[in-house]
Amino acid sequence: MSDVPAISLSGVHKSFGRTQIIRGVDLDIPRGQRHALIGPNGAGKTTLFNLISGRFSATSGTIALNGKSIDGLAAHEINRLGLSRSFQITSIFPRLTVFENIRCGLLWARGYRYSFWHLLGGQRALNEEADRLIERLNLQGRRNVPAGLLSYAEQRALEIGITVAGGADIILLDEPTAGMSHSETEYAVALIRAVSEGKTLLMVEHDMSVVFGLADVITVLVYGEVIASDAPARIRGNKAVQEAYLGTEAA
Amino acid sequence: MSADATQRAALAPTGLVAVTRRHWIWPAGVLVALLLPWLFFDWSTHRHSGFVLTMLSEIGLMAVFALSFNMQMGQAGLLSFGHAILFGLGGYVTAHTLNAIKAGSLWLPTELVPLAGGIGGLIFGALFGYVATKQRATAFAMITMGLGELVAACALMFMGFFGGEGGISTDRVTDTSLFGIPYSSSWQVYCLVVAWTAIAAILMRLQTQTPLGRMANACRDNFERAQFVGYDPRMVRFYQFTLSGFFAGIGGALYVLVYEIVTFDTVAAAKSATALLATYIGGAGSFFGPILGTIVVVLLQSGVSLLSNAWLLYVGVLFIVMVMYAPGGMMGIIALHEPVARTGRLRELVVPYARLLVPAVLAVLGFVLLVELASFTTIGAAQGKAFKIGPHTVDAHTALPWALGAVALIGSGLWLRWESRRFRARWDALIADAKAKGAML
Amino acid sequence: MADAFAPADPAGRLGAGSPAARAAGRWLPRIAVYGLPTALILAPLLCGLIGAAIEMYGLRRVHRNGHIAELLFTFGLALIIEKVVQMTWGLIPVPYRIPEGLDFPLFTVYGTQFPAYRAFMLLISALMFGAIWLGLTRTRIGLVIQAALTHPEMVNALGHNVPRVFTTVFAAGTALAGLAGVIGGNYQVTEPAMAFTMGPIVFVVVVFGGLGSLTGCFIASLLMGLIQTFAVVLDYSLADLLKQVGLTVTSSTPFHEVLTVPLPRIGALLPYILLVLILVFRPRGLMGTRDT
Repeated sequence: MSDVPAISLSGVHKSFGRTQIIRGVDLDIPRGQRHALIGPNGAGKTTLFNLISGRFSATSGTIALNGKSIDGLAAHEINRLGLSRSFQITSIFPRLTVFENIRCGLLWARGYRYSFWHLLGGQRALNEEADRLIERLNLQGRRNVPAGLLSYAEQRALEIGITVAGGADIILLDEPTAGMSHSETEYAVALIRAVSEGKTLLMVEHDMSVVFGLADVITVLVYGEVIASDAPARIRGNKAVQEAYLGTEAA
Repeated sequence: MSADATQRAALAPTGLVAVTRRHWIWPAGVLVALLLPWLFFDWSTHRHSGFVLTMLSEIGLMAVFALSFNMQMGQAGLLSFGHAILFGLGGYVTAHTLNAIKAGSLWLPTELVPLAGGIGGLIFGALFGYVATKQRATAFAMITMGLGELVAACALMFMGFFGGEGGISTDRVTDTSLFGIPYSSSWQVYCLVVAWTAIAAILMRLQTQTPLGRMANACRDNFERAQFVGYDPRMVRFYQFTLSGFFAGIGGALYVLVYEIVTFDTVAAAKSATALLATYIGGAGSFFGPILGTIVVVLLQSGVSLLSNAWLLYVGVLFIVMVMYAPGGMMGIIALHEPVARTGRLRELVVPYARLLVPAVLAVLGFVLLVELASFTTIGAAQGKAFKIGPHTVDAHTALPWALGAVALIGSGLWLRWESRRFRARWDALIADAKAKGAML
Repeated sequence: MADAFAPADPAGRLGAGSPAARAAGRWLPRIAVYGLPTALILAPLLCGLIGAAIEMYGLRRVHRNGHIAELLFTFGLALIIEKVVQMTWGLIPVPYRIPEGLDFPLFTVYGTQFPAYRAFMLLISALMFGAIWLGLTRTRIGLVIQAALTHPEMVNALGHNVPRVFTTVFAAGTALAGLAGVIGGNYQVTEPAMAFTMGPIVFVVVVFGGLGSLTGCFIASLLMGLIQTFAVVLDYSLADLLKQVGLTVTSSTPFHEVLTVPLPRIGALLPYILLVLILVFRPRGLMGTRDT
């Protein structure tokens, strides 16, 4: 297996008009690592996500996935390279049932393309795989419910499910446990740990217990710049990080 | 529970009888379509009513057209203002094909002629679709509007393919039938129309259960999420548009077989609007909505337009009322009743509905009377007609009919408002009960 | 003519504003039969009131159901208004002629006379455009309107009555459409189907110029007007162009009909071709600030 990092950012800048959001980020995330991105609000975490997943293009600098530059690629092309993401504001298919949501997540990866000659009802392997994933998400009780009618936490779980369904090996999760209760968060963390086994995970999170529980490496982003990138224990003791979160006096 | 579902699916009987039992509505529909004309059969002269057969054929081919339109609107979220160009161009291709068969330069069984229209629709669908599907939502709608105007104008201008204002006439009796049927009588043509309508509808229904069909729904719901499951929404739109062109072309071909002529109005904006109307009134969110809507619209067109000058006004009012109060169309309204039906208390709505019906009918009659009177005084009188209700002639210049109409409209309107409040209370109670019993889904 | 219409649309919501606005606007030129000066004031007033009513009782409800519902609502409304117009004034075009005071040629250019009434029309449209531009960019209410179009919730939170703003904008749009109808009604035939003949062109102008841009609208309407005028004057076809390169088109060449059609015949088509092209390559329009 090569040493090429799963995600590689070098000299990435992003400006919207005259406002610089990302001011030069260099980051390498090796394969199989669970990586968390934290920082105060407005630091540019979601923007960074959007850059990596192709929603925006960088003003300067390069972003590479498994060594391949994603410059100029459309979102679906990046997805086909093996990257999948979830969104901060739940992004599912509200008028389709839970089952169909998951199944849609599987279609391209299982090679169906734009087929209009396969009848999905008869695709046994596909349907069984979808059902198995639904069980892992603990949503089997809501299998035939239109996704728009689910509760918030159920939708977040479904979102994670769609994100990992296709078997992408680079997974981006944007605040997956936002708005969840304590028990829901625990379940979500266990789920995330299970589905990211052997894959590269990049996660934005505000809940520190989740971050410290899951991550191998934590990167701290403040005002569009990386101020620290290290193992959780060392981040906890890092002066600059403490200052960023708590202010200079408390540190 | 998922293991249950998979098991149930695995155990579902797959024999022909079982499949038919599950999808009984299709053979039932075909049967009804074939039996209906016999209700109007004239036993003395041993002839079918030409009017009825033509109207039913129109319903069939327009239903195919509307269903193909809904492949774009309801399924893919693409509102097209120019869908008729695919219908009409399919018709023109069919007309030329029929003429070629008659001239002997081409051989194609009559039964397969609609396929020629379908292929024509497919090719033009790909051509126009390539341009139109570069965008989505409002921009897409406007491109289709521009394309619609373009093609309609071309249809008037160019003689070679379109035959200019006179259109292209053709003759469906080509002696190339696979079963030796001459298709010279309306009944034979009607059977062909029924067969092809059923085939087209079944194929379109099956298409909704394919990967492309499902992803079209997904792109409609959330195109960004569709990108992140690996699909290019533009290609999904393109293929869906092209396929809908295929079926629209079949509709156009049936049109030519029935009327033996195709003119520029088959590509005109008014035709596109008819598909839109039919789909919306029937309900774009359901597969059978467009069929229901087509029946309503064709009946209105054939029936009401003969009786009244102002029938477009009624269409406009119906449209606005639906857009404001029933955006899900007729199927949407039916679907609203499902939770109540599940609790078994549907019959408790019969009396409340009856109580609504009386003032509603009176209000509509009052409105119609006023509209007809107004229309008569400015248009009808100039045309030298007399205002008749049944056998009575009404003098539109006296105050009485106007007063009656106004009273009926306003009085019943107020009565309707009062009754609808009571109905609302009853409805809310039933829904609350359904919620409590978990019957909402 | 497009010049007269252009200023009426940009401030309003596309789709929502256009069809109903022009439908309503078309109605009122009938009032112009009672004399131009009266009509200039009465028509916009009435159209504005009707527009306000439509927005408050109709559009606002329907907006909830999405863009498609809005478009369909105005479509149904256009059908109704046309029918009502027919029922009030009959099917025959109403005699509405240029007032005598303005019926003389102003000057001659290239051998064609330039009527004074046309200058009058241009003057009014320039004034309309100027007034709207000033109103939107220099006054407080204008700024509120611009902000409300893109960020209605924020503007609402800042204390402005956003629904009232939208009603005002829509009413202004219909009023201006009415004014345009008054001015243009005697240039074209004043008949019930006016709305449907002019309607699509108005759409094209607004989309081509770009949503949210007044200048774009103005430029687009001038462009469309020029194109249609020159198309009539230049009597060439693609075949003539090919002849320059040495290729002759005969009646047996494929597509010969398309190649030999002279420009004047397809003059009416040109705006639509432009519409399709701009939507495919630059959906924002020439100077649009909002995405369609």
